[in-house]
Amino acid sequence: MTLTARDKQLRGQSRWGTAALGLVTWLVAALFFFPVFWMVLNSFKTELVANTKPVLLFEPTLDRWEAAIDSIPGLLSFSEAFFNSFLIVIVSTVLVLVLAIPAAYALSIYPIKAWRDALFFFISTKFLPIVAAILPLWIMAKELGLLNTHLVLIILYTAMNLPLAVWMLRSFFGEVPRELIEAAQMDGTGLYGQIKDVMLPIVAPGVAATALLCFIFAWNEFFLAVQLNPVEGSTVPVWVSTNVTTRGNFMAKLSAASTLAVLPVVIAGWIAQKKMIRGLSMGAVK
Amino acid sequence: MSEVSYRDATKTYPGTDAPAVNRLNLTIDDGELLVLVGPSGSGKSTALRMLAGLEACDEGSIFIGDRDVTLAQPKDRDVAMIFQSYALYPHMTVAQNIGFPLKQQKVPKDERARQVREAARILDLEDYLDRKPKQLSGGQRQRVATGRAIVRHPQVFLMDEPLSNLDAKLRVQTRAELADLQARLGVTTVYVTHDQVEAMTMGHRVAILDYGELQQVARPGELYRHPVNLFVAGFIGSPAMNLIPTDTEDGMVVFGTSRIEMDPAVAATVSRAGAKDLTMGIRPQGLSLGSEGVPAEVVVVEELGSETFVFVELEHLGQIVRGRVRVDAEYRVSRGDYTNVEVLGPVHLFGADGLRLKTATEQGD
Repeated sequence: MTLTARDKQLRGQSRWGTAALGLVTWLVAALFFFPVFWMVLNSFKTELVANTKPVLLFEPTLDRWEAAIDSIPGLLSFSEAFFNSFLIVIVSTVLVLVLAIPAAYALSIYPIKAWRDALFFFISTKFLPIVAAILPLWIMAKELGLLNTHLVLIILYTAMNLPLAVWMLRSFFGEVPRELIEAAQMDGTGLYGQIKDVMLPIVAPGVAATALLCFIFAWNEFFLAVQLNPVEGSTVPVWVSTNVTTRGNFMAKLSAASTLAVLPVVIAGWIAQKKMIRGLSMGAVK
Repeated sequence: MSEVSYRDATKTYPGTDAPAVNRLNLTIDDGELLVLVGPSGSGKSTALRMLAGLEACDEGSIFIGDRDVTLAQPKDRDVAMIFQSYALYPHMTVAQNIGFPLKQQKVPKDERARQVREAARILDLEDYLDRKPKQLSGGQRQRVATGRAIVRHPQVFLMDEPLSNLDAKLRVQTRAELADLQARLGVTTVYVTHDQVEAMTMGHRVAILDYGELQQVARPGELYRHPVNLFVAGFIGSPAMNLIPTDTEDGMVVFGTSRIEMDPAVAATVSRAGAKDLTMGIRPQGLSLGSEGVPAEVVVVEELGSETFVFVELEHLGQIVRGRVRVDAEYRVSRGDYTNVEVLGPVHLFGADGLRLKTATEQGD
């Protein structure tokens, strides 16, 4: 095939367009990545270097990582915080999935008349700024004896992520052809079998993406944790904040603690990357 | 005994006034292959889904054998269905797809494997048992869907346009294979299609639906020769029957200079009821081009090799009518030619209510 001058011109334009778009994408990505990069870099510096003029070349040290991990009696330790966070986040994420999967299945496969209202109700619970609800939440937690417990955060994180999970899973379930469910019904499966044997294996990437987002949101949550469970039983974000002291800026130690705090999310994201992208783009292209 | 019967079965979808299926009364004999055919929106798929249990009957009932299944769950009806999209489970292999209904019935693993191999042998799928559906061609997927249905040995097979996703050549081949398989297994089968050729070639009997109403159910030849009304006359037969407004005179149908003698019973009905708004139905091979009849202009010529169909436009009783005439392949005619259309017969006459006027023989039945 020979290319006409017009073809070449068109291709040339699109090549330059793509290159320009690529450059902008990299610039934006670098802009977003820079603070994270600076945090990681600072964590390998001494406090002196970290608190003076910013430099790229320095003698790296793990001293501040050790300082961050060192536990101080009476204060929330690194290992406690990580254990608490994993326990609270994993239990709440499992609970979210256990509740959201049947809800999303019902809303997408056997929708009630007012299914739109039901969905809107779910998401409307996210409209209220959490600070507006903290006082009643605190009073309720106190009355029920849940202050400073794992359970209060498990309940709240489950409630916090449930609307998002129902919305996401409903759209994933909606992608599965209706005939597959009908075929499963004809083949003799009950409701449980339809979900377990047919739906879930097909929407697994979507479920993985949903679980990961719930994990991330719960892992990063700070406000509820610091208000309702600020002492020994608390989570990683609260532990990071204990590294902010009134005795001056310990930038390098704080950076090391912050890097440790984001590591599990980054690793989970890295492992689930492929599935998550597939999950999040499910339904984007029919 | 797996006779199926619809008894006044009615289904109206929420938000609509007209029923999708209206008081359907239909019996399908044990071992019979009955084809439900009709245009889009005729209610044929709804009728099938009512039998499957995927749509509820608003009124009436459905029986399989002596069992009233109107309120039974799909899994409790002992019916298997082949879907238009095949609905194969994409995450399972061919063997797992075929074996899935058996797994639900808790059939032991060894027995399941044996039955899957047997179904695969019948359908020539033995080499594909470890593949996933996306690695198969359209025809192979169709066979897997068939395998999943036959492995259960159900009382009734339901097939919802199972060939419509195949190309024309494969459709003809698969059509014959399905009909052969049904005959060998002898299982009562309800087959839905919008393709009247598929209906005529496969069905022991064919039921024609339109707007949710059963129009006629009969053997294919009977439908072709004795359509009960204008809808069936226009729907069955390829190419379709010519339906031309007509007039009668002294017991004869008038068509230009031609006079066609009517059956005595038909003539008596016409003379009793008057000759208002009659329609003549005549198949393309019942017309010819010649010197008698009605003058016409040739508008399209379709040469099929073995025969030729000539579309003509003619003026009859003050109306411009389009008709189709079958001529021999050797017959030379071109667009724009002027000719005459003659009637060779046989001719059906339909009254103002759309019903065909019965002949003496039929009235005697």
